[in-house]
Amino acid sequence: MGSVDRKDILAPQPTAVSESVSPALEIVGLSHSYGSRTALSDVSFTVSPGDFTVLLGLNGAGKSTLYALITRLYAHRSGTIRVFGAAIDRDPATALARMGIVFQQPTLDLDLSVEQNLRYHAALHGLPRAVTEARIVEELARVEMSDRRRDKTRQLSGGQRRRVEIARALMHRPRLLLLDEPTVGLDVAGRQFLLQHVRKLCRDQGLAVLWATHLIDEVGDDARVIVLHKGKILADGSVPEINAAQGTPSIRAAFDRLVQHGEPSQ
Amino acid sequence: MTSETVEIGSVPATGPIRLTAAHYLRCLEGVVRREWLRFLSQRGRFFSALVRPLVWLGIFAAGFRFTLGVSIIPPYETYVPYEVYVVPGLAAMVQMFNAMQSALSMVWDREMGSMRVLLTSPLPRWYLLTAKLLASVVVSVLQVYAFLAIALFWDVEAPWWGYLTVLPALILAGMMLGACGLLLSSTIRQLENFAGVMNFVIFPMFFASSALYPLWRVKESNLWLWYICELNPFTHAVELIRFALYGEVSWSAALVVVGFLIVFMVLAVIGYDPARGLVARRGGSE
Repeated sequence: MGSVDRKDILAPQPTAVSESVSPALEIVGLSHSYGSRTALSDVSFTVSPGDFTVLLGLNGAGKSTLYALITRLYAHRSGTIRVFGAAIDRDPATALARMGIVFQQPTLDLDLSVEQNLRYHAALHGLPRAVTEARIVEELARVEMSDRRRDKTRQLSGGQRRRVEIARALMHRPRLLLLDEPTVGLDVAGRQFLLQHVRKLCRDQGLAVLWATHLIDEVGDDARVIVLHKGKILADGSVPEINAAQGTPSIRAAFDRLVQHGEPSQ
Repeated sequence: MTSETVEIGSVPATGPIRLTAAHYLRCLEGVVRREWLRFLSQRGRFFSALVRPLVWLGIFAAGFRFTLGVSIIPPYETYVPYEVYVVPGLAAMVQMFNAMQSALSMVWDREMGSMRVLLTSPLPRWYLLTAKLLASVVVSVLQVYAFLAIALFWDVEAPWWGYLTVLPALILAGMMLGACGLLLSSTIRQLENFAGVMNFVIFPMFFASSALYPLWRVKESNLWLWYICELNPFTHAVELIRFALYGEVSWSAALVVVGFLIVFMVLAVIGYDPARGLVARRGGSE
């Protein structure tokens, strides 16, 4: 692996359908509502292998709903979600096997040790024992948590728990990594570590990453950004592209402008 | 379709992934192991799971034995002290509490989000729920054996083979009660509603059953209550265990228990179905 062409990371073009490699994540015309409340309306975008994509939106923009649909916590009723070509509703096993997820809420089992948590996840993906043990060593080393392997996760700090969750999400070697507000509650150092680590994964392994956040300063100057507001996509492109389109000097200004103008006026 | 078997351990970028029996087995093993480790780490849970029936056996039964004479009813071949009568009912109670505890922790897991770790496994959801169910049954069966061992101090002793023949009954009863818990966990919205479960599920199921008194006594005093007891799946779980503990099979009880197991499980799977279930309709917290 790792031989993914990254030429389009800065300016993602629409992926040609005829290409043999499907986009890591392809969402077309996705809408969702809870009763009469519309959470997502006609959302479409793609994430390619090697893309680091920031899904930027305020709290309540629909990010968590989008993640719940992509991970098939809820089924979507309209639109399409494909993970490397596998539709989540038609072939959930293939789609879920290729994605790693870091949930917004902490999801480690605090009564279990770090390695027990990782083993549990590996078992849920059906990994053989030997593979599991090798990956535990490898993934914990990558997030610099090898020495905490046998500690109960309850004893870890918030930032350390997040690192274990990233290690866990990568245990089954997914090709698409979804993170939902992964830095909430972390200090500056913890946030930096996480951001750099995930960007490195993206760069070195060609991992496709969708990073949802409401924190604009997590958007790097070279990132690709999707702005989600009130269930709608208001902008999709690289930071320079969005700035150019909005005529703003910074992504923060562009975001403010988009959100102001993007209010549904009808 | 390619001829090579795709090992999920090295996820390829394209092509469908087929899950093999090995994946299913490893998943089951992992879910059971986790439940077991959690059980070991929560010693208080084990302790209270044992103390609860022992309070009934040591205090309630001691007081009650003089007010209630138990006649000779199958599977007993002679007059039995009340303690002997009540032990199968208490064994089922241990299983019911364990099932409700599992349900409670599933509601908790769902509120806290860690349920998603389970539900985003590539294995089908019905299988994940079944694995979860079996894991809780393993724990509940061990609790019952620990209780039966302590009950020996009250001279409640079944024939030795009864301790073997009771095993399938405990597995079935545990699965049925566990499936009931799963169903409840899919319908309960929040954790605080769980106190309601105590009032509306555990207590009525326990008291309107043959756990504490033989049903012919109930029939004598109140015919309607007797009907309710007969319809109560818990009654049949108790009777299944009672007969099995003496090496006998109550086929009617077994049939009812299996029937309820299927109904509860199907409804629970529907409840957790992403397209149809209550979990899906409820909506998310952003």
